[in-house]
Amino acid sequence: MDIVILLIPIAIILAGLAIWAFFWSVNNGQFDDLESPAHRILYDDDEDLIPEDARLDSAKDKTDRSDQEKN
Amino acid sequence: MCCPGCQAVAQAIVDGGLDNFYRHRDSQNADSELIRTNSSTRRKQELEFYDNPDIQASFVHDAGEGQREALLVIEGITCAACVWLLEKHLGAQPGVSTVNVNMTTHRARIRWRNEETRLSKLLAEIDRLGYQGHPYQPNREEQMLERERKQAVRRLGVAGVCMAQTMMLAAALYAGELSLSMDAHIVTLMNWASMVLATPVALYSSIPFYKAAWRDLQTRSLSMDVPVSLAILLAYLASAWSTISGSGDVYFESVTMFAFFLLVGRFLEMSARHRTGRAGNALLDLLPTSAIRLDGDREVLVPATQLRRGDRVLIKSGHTIPADGLVIEGHSSVDESALTGEYLPQSRSPGDQVIGGTLNIEHPLQIEVTETGSESRLSAIVRMLDRAQAEKPTVARIADQVASRFVAATLLTAAAVALFWYFHDPDRAFWITLSVLVVTCPCALSLATPTALTAATGTLRQRGMLISRGHVLESFASATHIVFDKTGTLTEGNLNIEEVRSISTLDSQSLLSIAAALESRSEHPIARAFRTHMAGAASDVQVHMGQGLSGRVDDTFYRIGRPEFAFPEAPPPQPEQKGLWLLLADSERPLGWFRLDDQIRSEAAQALQELQSLGLTPVMLTGDASDAAQKVASTLGIKQVFSGVSPEQKLEHLNRLSQQGAQIIMVGDGINDIPALAGARTSVAMASATDLAKTSADAVLIANDLLRLADSVRMARKTRTIIRENLSWALVYNLLALPAAAAGLVAPYWAAIGMSFSSLVVVGNAMRLSRRNRPAAQSQESTE
Repeated sequence: MDIVILLIPIAIILAGLAIWAFFWSVNNGQFDDLESPAHRILYDDDEDLIPEDARLDSAKDKTDRSDQEKN
Repeated sequence: MCCPGCQAVAQAIVDGGLDNFYRHRDSQNADSELIRTNSSTRRKQELEFYDNPDIQASFVHDAGEGQREALLVIEGITCAACVWLLEKHLGAQPGVSTVNVNMTTHRARIRWRNEETRLSKLLAEIDRLGYQGHPYQPNREEQMLERERKQAVRRLGVAGVCMAQTMMLAAALYAGELSLSMDAHIVTLMNWASMVLATPVALYSSIPFYKAAWRDLQTRSLSMDVPVSLAILLAYLASAWSTISGSGDVYFESVTMFAFFLLVGRFLEMSARHRTGRAGNALLDLLPTSAIRLDGDREVLVPATQLRRGDRVLIKSGHTIPADGLVIEGHSSVDESALTGEYLPQSRSPGDQVIGGTLNIEHPLQIEVTETGSESRLSAIVRMLDRAQAEKPTVARIADQVASRFVAATLLTAAAVALFWYFHDPDRAFWITLSVLVVTCPCALSLATPTALTAATGTLRQRGMLISRGHVLESFASATHIVFDKTGTLTEGNLNIEEVRSISTLDSQSLLSIAAALESRSEHPIARAFRTHMAGAASDVQVHMGQGLSGRVDDTFYRIGRPEFAFPEAPPPQPEQKGLWLLLADSERPLGWFRLDDQIRSEAAQALQELQSLGLTPVMLTGDASDAAQKVASTLGIKQVFSGVSPEQKLEHLNRLSQQGAQIIMVGDGINDIPALAGARTSVAMASATDLAKTSADAVLIANDLLRLADSVRMARKTRTIIRENLSWALVYNLLALPAAAAGLVAPYWAAIGMSFSSLVVVGNAMRLSRRNRPAAQSQESTE
């Protein structure tokens, strides 16, 4: 059980590090916008990042969809 | 088609393969005026203005490697799709290296290479999408908001991290205590560790509570902040004492958890408050950024802020008047609806006064500036806003009323208990008194209101009502009167063709297309009503100030306008006395009548009916002095009408009503409503309102649908019931636990379990507010 004597201070140091990192990121402006990142993950705009051979042929349903949107 | 972006660029989006836009768009967007005003050539000149290095100096800086960086405020952003569209479109422009649009603050950070593109070109692209970019020049107030926000995030983060760690240690401590197998020195170590972790929460994260409590004590009132501060400080200090002295119990985990939950609630409330309006660009909406000054015969484009009294300014048609002044040349009509509520433009000729922020519609005007800056009419209204806000009656919250009695009772009991045990068993006196204070720790009590309010606010937001001040739900529930502005609130705020009456062989369809062709070149609000019927354009169109238009369609000469103008030989009598009638005639005979009116919102009648059935008395308060006000009121069944009132009088009327004991909700949108919105007990701004109106209101109707007002009142009443249930439960729990604690029968973990349990009951009860309404909200959304 004596290992706890070592582990608890380590836990406190880690918590301290977490707080330091958190302050750094707040000052860095990473918490300025809490809304759009939640939406950003849903954007399907990474098609050019998918390797050629892994792509599904989506050209057809894409035009279908844009037709629907127009209406 | 709903967003500013949608209408203008739907085609461009689809052509450019950006059709993802439509999948990320929210449904709650209001129509925007921006599209209409974007196209002018003046805007182009204005944009070129921003390429001037002197002007750029204040908001553009060098980012190195030949790149420049600017911060812009972008108007018209309503949802994530707007952000996506702006970032994609601007990022694809040549010479642009990074674009970052912040959805919360509506700010864009753009970095570009100056030799490849110019700022004016980027701003024009933003315009083309249907938004409007302005340079961002933070003022003091805005920097303060920014600091407040960052500070709150930090406090919340610290409380979160430390709470999690303390909880972990507490679980081990409880397990050890129950199995009686933990060594004493490990317990001591864990207590010390908990103390190290709880210290930042008690001494840093909780500072806002202490400050608020101190303020309350100075004004000799007891609000919820006082028991909260007492609980945090006393429990922390007592636990610290018992850790250092090695005797007694520790409550660090309760302290941290309690502080964290309350901070989360405060943080959400603050974000909502910051969201509704950004003080920094509030005035930007109202005044143009540049003006054409006449230096002798030369036209010089100058920033509107550089205008001085006595300057001669040229205002072309379709432009906003940059300062108060006197007309010295030209005849035109001026749309003053934003400031006065009059929905028809007023004619202005030399010698007449014009007000900065209003719109010149027909002909160029030359004015001499009489007032600028802080002396202008617009600033006077804004100043009135500050005063009204300062004098706004404070709303007594249920929680605070209960709190003040509760705190007094708890403190008295604790003192009595301490005294009793001091005489009977001085050794145990301190710990028993402490456990009384901890058991009655106002956890459940102080969570009772915020949790219910947070749940209700979240639900209402989904349904199109954004609440930015905490008292709104409580005052909605107790409201007796609901006061509406007319133009833009009960009505659409623009003219529509209500009726077409033919008095010749032509049918109404052909009458409409002739009229639309004649009106196609005009910028007058009347012409806008015909825009949907537009097929072709007329030739030789002439505008006759305040009379009408004449022109040639398919080689026939027509006139449209006042009857005396359209057919001067023998003007036929107007079909009805009331309303605005236009006559269309060719050179031989009159052809037909058009009746125009500011259309009443389609949902207004139903909304008012629902509000009345909820027991609210509707009142109309409008700056419009014409008989249109009475007509709208009688159509909607509003009995109390005050028309032709100035912004100051609006506020007076409200104050008089509340002196008679009415609890008022004020709903408005225009600049002339701003003082009333700020001074009313509760106020709601429409989504299409100016930024300044939204900032001064307590809530914003983002769905732009009056029916949501009735929904909100119902929701507020439900919330009030839940809050009362929560408060009674918390009081019952405290009354039961108090005697046990006073008798010295409560072990610390039982106190903690009881406290958590009562808090959970309260939170669970509050969650019913968001769950119960979900099916209804969904079915509504699907029909939209």
